[in-house]
Amino acid sequence: MELLLQQVMAGLATGAIYACMALAVVMIYQAIDHLNFAQGEMAMFSTFIAWQLIQWGVPYWGAFVAVVAVSFVGGIAIERILFRPIHNAPVLTQLVAFIALFGILNSSAGEIWNFTIKEFPTPFGRGPLFGGHLISTHDAGMIGVTLLILILLYLFFRGSRLGLAMRAAAANPASARLVGIRVGWMIALGWGMSASIGAVAGMLIAPVVFLEPNMMLGVLLYGFAGAVLGGLSSPGGAVLGGFAVGVIENLAGTFIPYFGRELKLTIALIMIVAVLLVRPSGLFGRSVVSRV
Amino acid sequence: MSAPDDIATKQSVPFDAAEASVGSAATARATPRYVWALAAAVLAALLPLVATNFVLFQLTLVMVYGLAILGLNLLTGFNGQFSLGHSAFYGIGAYTAAILMDHWDVAYFYTLPAAGAVCFVVGFLFGLPALRLQNLYLALATFALATAMPQILKFGPLEPLTGGVQGIALIKPDAPLRLPLNPDQWLYYFTLAVLLLLMAAAWNLVHSRSGRAIMAIRDHPIAAASMGVNTALYKTLTFGVSALYTGIAGALGAIVVQFVAPDSFNFLLSVSFLVGLVIGGVGSIPGSIVGGLFVLYVPNIAESISTGLSGAVYGLIMLLVIYVMPSGAAGFARLAAAQSAKARQTWINRSERRSP
Repeated sequence: MELLLQQVMAGLATGAIYACMALAVVMIYQAIDHLNFAQGEMAMFSTFIAWQLIQWGVPYWGAFVAVVAVSFVGGIAIERILFRPIHNAPVLTQLVAFIALFGILNSSAGEIWNFTIKEFPTPFGRGPLFGGHLISTHDAGMIGVTLLILILLYLFFRGSRLGLAMRAAAANPASARLVGIRVGWMIALGWGMSASIGAVAGMLIAPVVFLEPNMMLGVLLYGFAGAVLGGLSSPGGAVLGGFAVGVIENLAGTFIPYFGRELKLTIALIMIVAVLLVRPSGLFGRSVVSRV
Repeated sequence: MSAPDDIATKQSVPFDAAEASVGSAATARATPRYVWALAAAVLAALLPLVATNFVLFQLTLVMVYGLAILGLNLLTGFNGQFSLGHSAFYGIGAYTAAILMDHWDVAYFYTLPAAGAVCFVVGFLFGLPALRLQNLYLALATFALATAMPQILKFGPLEPLTGGVQGIALIKPDAPLRLPLNPDQWLYYFTLAVLLLLMAAAWNLVHSRSGRAIMAIRDHPIAAASMGVNTALYKTLTFGVSALYTGIAGALGAIVVQFVAPDSFNFLLSVSFLVGLVIGGVGSIPGSIVGGLFVLYVPNIAESISTGLSGAVYGLIMLLVIYVMPSGAAGFARLAAAQSAKARQTWINRSERRSP
């Protein structure tokens, strides 16, 4: 029982990382209707900028705010410069553009800051929470911030005019344009917001996985898995899905005898696919019905 | 949310437009397609006379990748199903060939049908659950397959068969019948023959009754079903055939490279196939070979421009290419053909007006 509890808590801690990323993924999915494969690299790049600022002597929270702002502008710039010209191209072509962006960011980060791993500070401290050994204060802080972002996003999308306009632009661009919403700018705004959320996720994740150009690849993929498991149309579902992936991965590694440890990611992914077979639009997603 | 079937449908529009605008007057004069195909095949057959062994080795790999991309194309381009898992089929094909050759001394040419058969079965079975999933959800399921494959190949109890992390090393086959060819030249011709055969088969498949059913499912699944197409059967069969093509490519790749190791069949290989597919042209059979060329040569070119920033240079080249040709090389060629046909038509009209 003790072991189970411990593994679940450890799973929640890793799951918090995935949940952070899953949330950023779903955000941009809602704004632009595509999965952004370069999301992780954008977050990594932002985190490197934060690291550089801290190295130059900027205090943590100063760097934090500056990087969130810079990422917002950077996200908008990427949309305007790279993706605006091909917004009418087929989906697969846009996918390749994401892959290209991935390569560009990854390789330039490696060139600017090199591939040695770097320590990244945490504002929450690294001690165990409440004196117990189940979960550290940083993990708890990460879970807390993820949930806080989730609540803020919920309020923004449900309660503000701008949020409503963004949802309309994503759901039905043609009708949104007819009622006077500037769809192009809503999409750019979505990019900016998701870059900012990604930056926050990156800065929370970096103290755990250490900072280096490839730090996000695994995180992003399991973040995707979490987002898809929870349902791409539901931010809350994505967060839950992220936690679920972390817990399943940990439990499979501990409790499935013989090959559990070696194949734990495989098992986690197979379980997710099994869930999808029962609920093809994810646990909390709405299935899309289109008129024919 | 856009309609779920718009992954590949946009591809078919420029195709029809090009065909229509070429029209009846120009078709009499325009070079028929089989002439181009024949010219390309003859050119490819003559290449070993001038090219060095290393260039031949690279070109053989281009054909291998082209074949794998063609497999992905049958699934994504013609049937509209996403896959990030084709590296797994490629790996299964490669390991089937390697194990047969290494453990049971099977001759290399027999391993191709074996690899194809194994991959067909695996692909067909994987197609069954994939039936329920669409777009990104299918992408995730196939991604799971791609992630699982290296881990399964490294899996302890299978090690006597797969060689674990070490992989399996193979011996390069010699030319048969005392043909005056060195092994590289022979493998080049062997791969070329397999490629041409399978390309012809794919062409026939796409232009058959089944091919129309496959494309109807891509363009409008509901309409296809109401016209009496057995959607589930065709989707799973396409998955199987697609895996078969990629599996045969994997077997050829193992023979050509003479080595298989688990980590070379990871998710990034699937991404390469996807890049090749889009650059070559979604839904185009010859485009797949262009994709193979891109995937093999452009990373090398990027590396030679800047070692540290090779990833960035590769990314920039990719972006440039898709800005210039948003629907791939095939779409670009169709557009160019349509333009030149139009130009020829106006020229004919003008000269007819002048001559009487």
